[in-house]
Amino acid sequence: MERIPILRMGDFLLVTIQVDMHDQLAMTLQDDLAERISSTSAKAVLIDISALDMVDSFIGRMISSISGLSSIMDAETVVVGMQPAVAITLVELGLTLQGVSTALNVERGMQLLHKRMADK
Amino acid sequence: MIARSSGSVAVRIEQDVVLARQAVRKLAQDCGMRLIDQTKLVTAVSELARNTVVYGGGGDMDWEVLDEAPRTGIRLTFRDEGPGIADIKLALTDGWTSGGGLGLGLTGAKRLVDDFELDSTPGVGTRISITKWS
Repeated sequence: MERIPILRMGDFLLVTIQVDMHDQLAMTLQDDLAERISSTSAKAVLIDISALDMVDSFIGRMISSISGLSSIMDAETVVVGMQPAVAITLVELGLTLQGVSTALNVERGMQLLHKRMADK
Repeated sequence: MIARSSGSVAVRIEQDVVLARQAVRKLAQDCGMRLIDQTKLVTAVSELARNTVVYGGGGDMDWEVLDEAPRTGIRLTFRDEGPGIADIKLALTDGWTSGGGLGLGLTGAKRLVDDFELDSTPGVGTRISITKWS
């Protein structure tokens, strides 16, 4: 089955979405991440969406779910690299991704996660 | 208003939603549409094509590239022969959903385009036309 790879780096899980996702692929990613957070005791999840040229309500909901889910499992999540056109469209669509941490790029996202983990 | 070119894309299964998005992205790029407008249109397509598959039981997306000098537009019509929408006003309310979604598909898509027309007859099907001008 088609899957989006989840890379482990220490306490971090890294996901880079580089394909045009259909709904089932997004659902699988959500399930896989929950499983991996549990099996690796990861403390943080970084999701890079810089290659996504569109985020609709389904993908937006998946991003919110992953963030909520990992929070319940004691892991921080940050979504990085959203393209400006995607951000503008999301707001107009009516999705503001409340409760989801975002950063401009991978570097800033990593800084944010390190800081949060240090503050804990 | 003259249709410069037209065609149709089948929207039957989930993967077709991705193909419909990609087809419209290509059309929008060929029309020289601005990136932000391309993104809005493609996002609207994603919402409506998903509805066609999930609620309409599958259908088709007809596309037309319109010339109305000096502007160019893309008109898309999503057709299905599904159960139809009983209460259109309710369906166009933010946050209302008949499924498990967020209730942003129809209303969100409407906000992202310039023209939006919805025709639906219970038991016959649904037809939604959207147009985006560049």
